[in-house]
Amino acid sequence: MSCTTESTIAAVRAAAAVIAERRAELTALDREIGDGDHGENLARGFAAVSAKLDSEHPGTPGEVLKLVATSLISTVGGASGPLFGTGFLRAATAAGDAAELDSATIASVLAAARGGVVARGKAEAQDKTMVDALSPAVEAAAAAAADGQDVSAVLAAAAAAAEQGALDTKPLQARKGRASYLGERSIGHVDPGAQSVAYLLRALAAAANGS
Amino acid sequence: MKKIINDPSTVVTEALQGMAAAHPELISVSYAPDFITRADAPVADKVALVSGGGSGHEPLHGGFVGAGMLDAAVPGPVFTSPTPDQVTAAARAVDGGAGVLLIVKNYTGDVLNFETAAELADAEGIAVQTVLVADDVAVKDSTWTAGRRGVGGTVLVEKIAGAAAARGDDLAAVAAIAQRVSDGVRSMGLALAPCTVPHSGEPSFSLGDDEIEMGVGIHGEPGREKMKLAPADDLVSIMLTAIVDDLPFTAGSSTLLFVNGLGGTPQIELYLAYNSARKFLAGRGIEVDRSLVGNYITSLEMQGMSITLLQLDDEMTELWDAPVQTAALRWGV
Repeated sequence: MSCTTESTIAAVRAAAAVIAERRAELTALDREIGDGDHGENLARGFAAVSAKLDSEHPGTPGEVLKLVATSLISTVGGASGPLFGTGFLRAATAAGDAAELDSATIASVLAAARGGVVARGKAEAQDKTMVDALSPAVEAAAAAAADGQDVSAVLAAAAAAAEQGALDTKPLQARKGRASYLGERSIGHVDPGAQSVAYLLRALAAAANGS
Repeated sequence: MKKIINDPSTVVTEALQGMAAAHPELISVSYAPDFITRADAPVADKVALVSGGGSGHEPLHGGFVGAGMLDAAVPGPVFTSPTPDQVTAAARAVDGGAGVLLIVKNYTGDVLNFETAAELADAEGIAVQTVLVADDVAVKDSTWTAGRRGVGGTVLVEKIAGAAAARGDDLAAVAAIAQRVSDGVRSMGLALAPCTVPHSGEPSFSLGDDEIEMGVGIHGEPGREKMKLAPADDLVSIMLTAIVDDLPFTAGSSTLLFVNGLGGTPQIELYLAYNSARKFLAGRGIEVDRSLVGNYITSLEMQGMSITLLQLDDEMTELWDAPVQTAALRWGV
């Protein structure tokens, strides 16, 4: 199977649903090491994404991803808006105007998203940010695609790696974002941005599997 | 949580409507995207100053929109930076042809959104420069953190750069004086009690009855340490020692001393702290030539204060004294 416009829309709607569902939990994680609004901000952004999907009709997976990017950039604010927005924008560019995305393209779309996040946030591995979930996800997706697996398997591999990556942020000391001001007190908490990346990828993988 | 609100999701919009209604001669407010401009914007051939950030720090920044200070303020949701399209729309609305200076507090969200906004405005042909304020000495430098936070010094950058723009300096000159103020200002805060963000309903942190957070940030971010409450002279001494040693301010320095309330501290305590600060600085031979005491950059109802010290030169002093006519800062008019 490959990823069509319809399945991309279904996956994005699934992502919006999971962010709405996890909103309080993400905000609680952020309250521990940030300023307690991560779930609130992402939920506001994905609600705008859902509303836009109701009224607009993107014609390719790339256009769907671009709609997500511009909605998040113009509604989320905080650090998450530009970071997730730039990630989706680069993903949209990597998807190009193809009508369907195959496994290899999905892997390169994820890699482009990571490139955007890193360029905008200037975070490196182990800084205790969303990059620590996104990076292993990109590598797992590339390996699965190279192995000839289908789109849903590639996304499932990415989601599993992101979940582990999010957990692995727990012992780290934050060096970026508001959590960095906690110094050693940031140790022992999962990074909310990494956790939301894991939830997003799990939702995308589940949607791809169901279609 | 006890607050005078109708609905947590409409707090910022309703506050903006109130501000617009209270000060029609000074400001006008645009909605969706939200931003506040001078009533007479754009002012032809004058460099326009735009600042912004999360709401909840009032009077920052909307209270400083008007002649001699900001041309526009861009409020985000409470404690969350505004989005790039808001900032770009504000810049477009106030550009009088001489360009726009963005004054940005060093917080990751503010930096990223204003950076994107600057790229968008530039693409539209608006000349844009950005000055970052990063004056909080409580925070370790950027090797360890996202860099020092921008706090009380922002008010002084906005006032002095605003006066430079009002007298007709060009964009490069206004940016240069803003940068000079940013380079010469240091701050530190403390909290006696946290604040509660309306949409979360939970206090931003917890403190024992006899505890304070020394070095707190304007969103309740932790500072240097939790410590026992001590007499004002001792607290002021800890803060000013950190501030004075950091630049460093030396004997004979001419300074502006700014004692700021975080929203929940009575004026009597701020003046008492100001008195302590004057005694401390006199002990170090540091001259205080200009003063500001009151609630200017707040953290909702947080109980606490910050101290800001600016190294003055003659030009900065003259620009500080220049007329200003805004909702929250007004003199010489």
